[in-house]
Amino acid sequence: MSDYLNEFLFGIYPYIAVVVMILGCILRYDKDPYSWKADSSQLLRSRGLKWGSNLFHIGIILLFFGHLVGLLTPEPIYHLFMTAAAKQLMAMVAGGIFGTLCFIGLTILLYRRLTDPRIRATSKFADIMILVVLYVQLILGLATIPFSAQHPDGSSMIALANWAQYIVTFQGGAADFVQEEAFIFKAHIFLGLTIFLIFPFTRLVHVFSAPFKYILRPGYQIVRKRG
Amino acid sequence: MKVRAQIGMVLNLDKCIGCHTCSVTCKNVWTSRAGVEYAWFNNVETKPGVGYPRNWEDQKEWNGGWSRKSNGKIKPKMGGKFRLLSKIFANPDLPEIDDYYEPFTFDYAHLQNSGEAKDMPTARAHSMLTGAKMEKPDWGPNWEEILGGEFEKRSQDYNFEGIEKEMYGEFENTFMMYLPRLCEHCLNPACVASCPSGAIYKREEDGIVLIDQDKCRGWRMCVSGCPYKKIYFNWQSGKSEKCTFCYPRIENGEPTVCSETCVGRIRYLGVMLYDADRIEEAASVADEKDLYEAQTDIFLDPSDPEVIAAAKRDGVPDSWLTAARNSPVYKMAMEWKVAFPLHPEYRTLPMVWYIPPLSPIQSRWDNGQLEDDGVIPDVSKLRIPVRYLANLLTGGKEQPITHALERMLAMRAYMRTKHVEGKPETGILDHVGLDTKTVEDMYQIMAIANFEDRYVIPTNHREYAGKTPFDNDIAFASRSECGFSFGDGCAGGSPKKNLFGTPTHQNTLNGQIRREK
Repeated sequence: MSDYLNEFLFGIYPYIAVVVMILGCILRYDKDPYSWKADSSQLLRSRGLKWGSNLFHIGIILLFFGHLVGLLTPEPIYHLFMTAAAKQLMAMVAGGIFGTLCFIGLTILLYRRLTDPRIRATSKFADIMILVVLYVQLILGLATIPFSAQHPDGSSMIALANWAQYIVTFQGGAADFVQEEAFIFKAHIFLGLTIFLIFPFTRLVHVFSAPFKYILRPGYQIVRKRG
Repeated sequence: MKVRAQIGMVLNLDKCIGCHTCSVTCKNVWTSRAGVEYAWFNNVETKPGVGYPRNWEDQKEWNGGWSRKSNGKIKPKMGGKFRLLSKIFANPDLPEIDDYYEPFTFDYAHLQNSGEAKDMPTARAHSMLTGAKMEKPDWGPNWEEILGGEFEKRSQDYNFEGIEKEMYGEFENTFMMYLPRLCEHCLNPACVASCPSGAIYKREEDGIVLIDQDKCRGWRMCVSGCPYKKIYFNWQSGKSEKCTFCYPRIENGEPTVCSETCVGRIRYLGVMLYDADRIEEAASVADEKDLYEAQTDIFLDPSDPEVIAAAKRDGVPDSWLTAARNSPVYKMAMEWKVAFPLHPEYRTLPMVWYIPPLSPIQSRWDNGQLEDDGVIPDVSKLRIPVRYLANLLTGGKEQPITHALERMLAMRAYMRTKHVEGKPETGILDHVGLDTKTVEDMYQIMAIANFEDRYVIPTNHREYAGKTPFDNDIAFASRSECGFSFGDGCAGGSPKKNLFGTPTHQNTLNGQIRREK
């Protein structure tokens, strides 16, 4: 991969993707709140959701937090508890398990969306597209596990974590960390960034509305004063 | 005491002829859009029957409403907050559209466009969802119309609880009644309680329960939470919708569309005052049979000077207090005790009440085989079993239903002696604890039912929303507003193309068949 392309995809594209995501979400939330929703299709077909949706959601939430903690924890901090090699092994095992759960769920969801006539007829372009993108991304992610196994010392993981930490802390030269990494890692990162890019234009926005506030609501009832 | 006011509704089932005008006018106004074709904010069911959606009354199946815990507190039957959120990815308590019915249209164009053929062309049913031909529709908002279908299936009706139902399958003993249903605008709404987004709310000034369409995220818990199944998930917009009690009309002092268009004049709208501090207490009483009375206990007497003073302190406008004193709902529910809440055992404290229907006396009585007390017939001989009505309206307690039916029979008997025989027989009234003035009032409101007696609706004083009645900001903000819209402000409906998700279905009710992909 040319230096220029590498710099663009892993040094500049992350910022483009994240800026589009943030501005897109703000715009959508502000100007078209009626479109901000989880977009459940359970009313039209329940079958497949008990396993599909539960496994997918649990899997992907755990994967997300695994990535967040795994990539953004500075080296000195996790060295207090474990070596890089141990951390990588943990990441591979946990990622493998959660990834498999998510894979089973997503397979069911994708099959349901494509083959059920009701669900197909009521699917917007973005609904099918985002499932396909997540599916490919998940497969890429699972496919990195054998590549990681080739570097049991954690060197790949450290490089990727450095890349992520340089990006989020606005330090130059982040792209250099991934330059020499295997193609599969690069593809996984690129598609991941692309998910950020398309995020505001899909149903994924419901992630930001996860209803934790419900737990904190005093009592159950809501009464609004006139105004 | 915290006084709040609500516009309540009473439906006099004794006069409902099951014409469905309420359902049709409601649908034309509120649910003639893509995504809610299957939704009837108002529907009329024939009872006994399992209704729409199928078996909605049976909370063992749907887990709607509230349940009382051993410590005397109540929580949504679906589960407390954590349990409820655990159902968010796949809700096991959600009806599927087939429990209502798959919306369809007929291929009318085929009648005109088919070529010459040996047989007459027919207009087949096609799904509005997929466009596919449907063999036949198999359920709907009124599938059991006038006892349609086998008794075997209809007798699954939850209200047969505690009744030897086999005999009612026999032609000679069969009975029926109509039950028009809409959102109950409960005092203790389970939909509000189960909405994770906090999008559903009860309006303080008139008690109407609404869903903020911009805040709804489509978690669909309210659909399960509501034991009356009167929240509908719009499959096109991905948001829940419900009966709005025609709030733009109510605010202007006009009756709801279903009430205004009721040809049988069975609907009543009026102000009820209640003590908001005692809602939880009333909803938590131990015995389900006491819930009806517990709810009547928190209604406040609008003529009581203490209540009036407290209401004024709590910001209830004077015009509302006057309306409360003339409220037909208060008279029927509280003074005459002839109206009852629908399924109080769900613990939601519903605010759409029903006057139970009289029914013909069994033919055996006609033949002189049965006795009565000589003045009014024994209500246990009415064709509709009292227990059935009690299961529907008082959580199974028969005494209040018997009392109401006796009063209605007495009113009829008395007015007959007055108008037909010309000799008013006041003795009839003594049996049921009525006096001539009250019964004349009952007759005027329940039988004659003039428009202004049925609907006593004070206008919504928007000026009270501000710090002072002359708050210019409130007045000017609402001036030139576009009124009711779907999330797009004044832009007028959702655009055909939308960067954030173009609708897949539009104008599903235009009579065109959707092309299958």
